Amino acid sequence: MSGIWVVLEERNGRIGRMSWEALAAGHTLGEHLNLPVQAVLPGAQTDSLAAEAATKKVARVVRLEHASMATYTSDAFTLALEQFIRAERPDYMVFPHTYQVRDYAPALAARFGQVLIGDVTGIGAGPDLHPTDKDPSAGTPVFVRQLMQGRLSGEYRPSGGGICFVSVQSGAFRRDQTESVSATVETFTPKIEAAQIRTKPGQPFRGSAQTVDLGSAQFIVSVGRGIKEAENLPIVQELAAALGAELAASRPICDSGWLPIERQVGSSGQTVSPKLYLAVGISGAIQHLVGMKGSQCVVAINRDPDAPIFEIADYGIVGDLFEVVPALSEAVKAARQ
Amino acid sequence: MKIIVAIKQVPERDAQVHINSTGKWIEEGDLQWALNESDAYALEEALQLKEKHGGEVIVVSAGPERVGSTIREALAKGADRAIHIDCDDLGQLDALGVARLLSAAIAPESPDLTLTGLQSDDLGYGQTGVILAELLGLPHASLILHVEKTEAGIAVKRELEEGWFQTIELPLPAVLTIQSGGNKLRYATLMGIKKAKTKEIRRITSHELGSAAAPVVILDRVFAPQKQKSTQILGGSPKEAAAALVEKLKFEARVL
Repeated sequence: MSGIWVVLEERNGRIGRMSWEALAAGHTLGEHLNLPVQAVLPGAQTDSLAAEAATKKVARVVRLEHASMATYTSDAFTLALEQFIRAERPDYMVFPHTYQVRDYAPALAARFGQVLIGDVTGIGAGPDLHPTDKDPSAGTPVFVRQLMQGRLSGEYRPSGGGICFVSVQSGAFRRDQTESVSATVETFTPKIEAAQIRTKPGQPFRGSAQTVDLGSAQFIVSVGRGIKEAENLPIVQELAAALGAELAASRPICDSGWLPIERQVGSSGQTVSPKLYLAVGISGAIQHLVGMKGSQCVVAINRDPDAPIFEIADYGIVGDLFEVVPALSEAVKAARQ
Repeated sequence: MKIIVAIKQVPERDAQVHINSTGKWIEEGDLQWALNESDAYALEEALQLKEKHGGEVIVVSAGPERVGSTIREALAKGADRAIHIDCDDLGQLDALGVARLLSAAIAPESPDLTLTGLQSDDLGYGQTGVILAELLGLPHASLILHVEKTEAGIAVKRELEEGWFQTIELPLPAVLTIQSGGNKLRYATLMGIKKAKTKEIRRITSHELGSAAAPVVILDRVFAPQKQKSTQILGGSPKEAAAALVEKLKFEARVL
């Protein structure tokens, strides 16, 4: 067995932020288990990316390189990583929980009779914390991930041995900035035949002309399912106007066509970091939180005191948004006069 | 086109959840149940494909007896028949275990297309469809918003991150996981609800499907999430809370 391997993902010619966070998660695991942390880079042209990876805290970097991986397909990536894993026999495979990883890692794990523990937010020491515990899984770390749209957390444990596959949620681990001496870079060439790739991916395209740049907005009023009807939107529009804020929304609002998709905040929409993010009737599913948790000050208005949005809010008002929002608009107007 | 849609019954969105006495799952006794949201979009996509190209839509769902109400809802919306994988221990299975059950039920039907929702609103693994494709030996695409039939198979619109999309061509048979928002969901009509009563629901037990393997991943403990920030809850009447908030934003957070 060869310790921990972290899969790094290329994003616009660089290694993506989430991949560095996955590497940090790999180090957390490595420290628990006293195992080496290494990186593997799937792609068609990974030389410069590998050189960048080699300056980080990794024992080895492997370029998993094949011409057929120039554009992502689940078939090519699964085949390549399958062959790599059979050769390297890792203890742990750690991935960033990107859309790409979500597309192939579950199938890859299944190929080894394993299940990906996906979207992990924390890694803890397992039952080995209790030395009297004769649990055969002693020494196995536990992985925390969210359940019920963030209302609960769950602690997962691999059982039965074999390779453990884990993917790491965006922003859950802090990337390690320390540079180190150059790691060795090797190349692993998988065997992939053209006929094994069954899907034909097209070039990425933008959904619509982006006319709203939420990313640079200082104030954002964001609205969620709690607004109930499109006809009720004017009350949040009024609050946004009073604050001089951009109006944004969680996914269900854009899915329903009540606001254009370019105003959507979250993993499938825009990532924002305003001075003030005011979440109105948003419960705070993880897909939304990853898009706004970098905000300087978060305010949540929600009738459910257990809504996960309150876990990351600085200020909260538990109540009926149809009463609170108009009152807040008035208070803001009064303060601004 | 013969289309199978794998659907899941999940606790209703606004349900108050309480951890049960085992500490490993929630109290299910007094919960209200609903069709998982992205599965509703998968069903809608299937029904629209059938309307355009003809064929049959079959829903398959695993779970205890209560799942029947969600299956009937799908039939009322227009699915032609259903397969209910009757099992009381769904919670003990991991994603691979559930996908094995579904795959054993789906394979004999040899559908052209198998759809699932992107992920469930309760466990949120987002893996069932992808593992299903692997077990069935079929190509797949995930996070799909739209399906178009082509000469050679299908072309699908896949959602990427941060507002990007891509088109992927796949041969049939194939498996897709459907993202929410691609279509407008239909409601069941009175006629549909009436018709649903005469439609076939075939029950198979998980034992008949013979795929009970020990889980390789175990959910050991469920707990309330730890707060990342200490939230100041502002109380009082809406007017008082609003005034207090403006004060805080101005003088404490200094963002106004």
